[in-house]
Amino acid sequence: MAEPHIRVAGLTLAYGSFIIQRDLNFTVNRGDVFIIMGGSGCGKSTLLRHMIGLQKPAAGHVYFGEQGLWDVSDGERARLMRRCGVLYQSGALWSSMTLAENIALPLAEYTRLNPAEIRELVSLKLALVGLAGFEDYYPAEISGGMQKRAGLARAMALDPEILFFDEPSAGLDPISAKLLDDLILSLRDSLGSTIVVVTHELASIFAIGNNSVFLDPESRTMIASGDPRKLLAESGDPRVQAFLTRGIAHPDGH
Amino acid sequence: MTQEPEPGRQLSINLRDDALILSLSGHWTLSSAKPEDQGLSGVIEQLPTSAAVSFKTENLEDWDSVLLTFLTRTIDACSKRGLSVHLDGLPAGVQGLLKLAYAVPARSDAHHEETVPGFLESVGLRALAVWRLTASLLGFIGEATQSVLRLFGGRARFRSVDFWQFVEECGARALPIVTLISLLVGMILAFVGAHQLSMFGAEIYIAGAVGIGMVREMGAMMTGIIMAGRTGAAYAAQIGTMQVNEEVDALRTMGIDPVDFLVLPRVLALVLMMPVLCIYADVMGILGGALVGISTYGISSSEFMGELRKFVHFNDIAVGIFKCSVFGVLVALAGCLRGMECGRSSAAVGLATTSAVVTAITLIVASDAVMTIITTLLNI
Repeated sequence: MAEPHIRVAGLTLAYGSFIIQRDLNFTVNRGDVFIIMGGSGCGKSTLLRHMIGLQKPAAGHVYFGEQGLWDVSDGERARLMRRCGVLYQSGALWSSMTLAENIALPLAEYTRLNPAEIRELVSLKLALVGLAGFEDYYPAEISGGMQKRAGLARAMALDPEILFFDEPSAGLDPISAKLLDDLILSLRDSLGSTIVVVTHELASIFAIGNNSVFLDPESRTMIASGDPRKLLAESGDPRVQAFLTRGIAHPDGH
Repeated sequence: MTQEPEPGRQLSINLRDDALILSLSGHWTLSSAKPEDQGLSGVIEQLPTSAAVSFKTENLEDWDSVLLTFLTRTIDACSKRGLSVHLDGLPAGVQGLLKLAYAVPARSDAHHEETVPGFLESVGLRALAVWRLTASLLGFIGEATQSVLRLFGGRARFRSVDFWQFVEECGARALPIVTLISLLVGMILAFVGAHQLSMFGAEIYIAGAVGIGMVREMGAMMTGIIMAGRTGAAYAAQIGTMQVNEEVDALRTMGIDPVDFLVLPRVLALVLMMPVLCIYADVMGILGGALVGISTYGISSSEFMGELRKFVHFNDIAVGIFKCSVFGVLVALAGCLRGMECGRSSAAVGLATTSAVVTAITLIVASDAVMTIITTLLNI
């Protein structure tokens, strides 16, 4: 039943000769909400950058279905990436454009819709993230939480199969973070997208994740994977337990 | 062995056999008088390794980080010698803070090593830096050229709104500063030239000197330098900020080439506007020269115009405009290159901006020298 969607095989992340994570192997199934978790500075966001085609791995592969993201030509990779949407940590809205223009750009680039149809679609996407009526605002004129939601609307512009989220709840108050989590879940349910989330927010991890990988900064590799709730219940690794319980179960030697 | 007490903060050192007792009293705060070591490190050096160090703080009135730094220094010195240190005499708060400070051992690999390179090494490093700059600039010129080709093939996309905005920004809005600088440079050329020429009674040649000087050299050069400081820096800052804000990544993951989308319209706008600005600067410079010649050296305006026609040919104007177009390409590329290379912090944006201006001005002067030599040799 679980159909693999993204497969990471033997991936090593490095900046020059400095290895951040090595030997990462995991599979994200279609329809998963997959969490990449771990302490600060363990390479979560770097792993994400490798999965969205921004950084070439030092070794190993990222497969989207059958195709290796880093084994195909640049043009083919761009086509693979067009099936993905990314919500960046800061929203990363293009600051010189209004929200409507931000969302319209990928639509104008890759579809044959006319401006009126694009305008309609843009309004729909903004309404989906609760920003109806904000079409003509510039990113600087709205709050951080709204920027994130607008970023999400842009990420969803081309109805992607896979949505990537880099720390979606960073910098949001608990209620906005909860709303964003709910939004992620309802998108998964209604659009059937596969969702990959980088986060270290325990509340989010347990609320939305059904699969995960845990990166450890000390040993520089993954030390656990699977459903986060199961990890909490069953993992014998003190580092994983300490992370998932906010350090209440004290790890030995740390 | 009690030392002379100093105002505000007192330390007395009592050494009995194997026990060193440090009594602290008074105000150990940042605002009290600076503490003296009082030979404490010497005392610790001479203690037998079996000795124990303890503290007495009944008379301690007030403390802050000053006390903590004193204690960590003392504890570090003691542990280096293997002495045991008893902290029970210290206030509970101090003990808690010390526990925190020693909870995570200092990472041996976390210290940055600052090495000062020797003369030969620094020469080598500079040479490598120049090589890297050349390589990255050539690579970037290649990317930009590909992008221009894509534009002609109809595949490069940028928003025309952006393009026209850049045209306005580096065209019309640059006029005031170009006017001011060119006018003044023209006047300076006239004054400097006229002073020499008047010794021979040849003031009339001011027109030719100013005309040739502005049209062939100064008009283009001044426009280039103004645009490096104005537009090149702005390009680096804009693209650098987008880099920090992950906006460039967002373009990439959307499958939009950032060179097409961000660099191309900026380069095209500047390249389009530079010749226009150059002609404008030439006119303003000659006007400045004429003002000086007519007002100070009694040349009539018709004489000035006549002389100008005699000396300044279409060739000269064309050379100036060509140079200025080259400067335009260099300024725009330097600005965009530095922006695209920008690191991911706000400090990096500042560095990128500075570096864009320095790179652009260096390139302008170097390429001007080359072009001047070539045009002189070819007699253009």
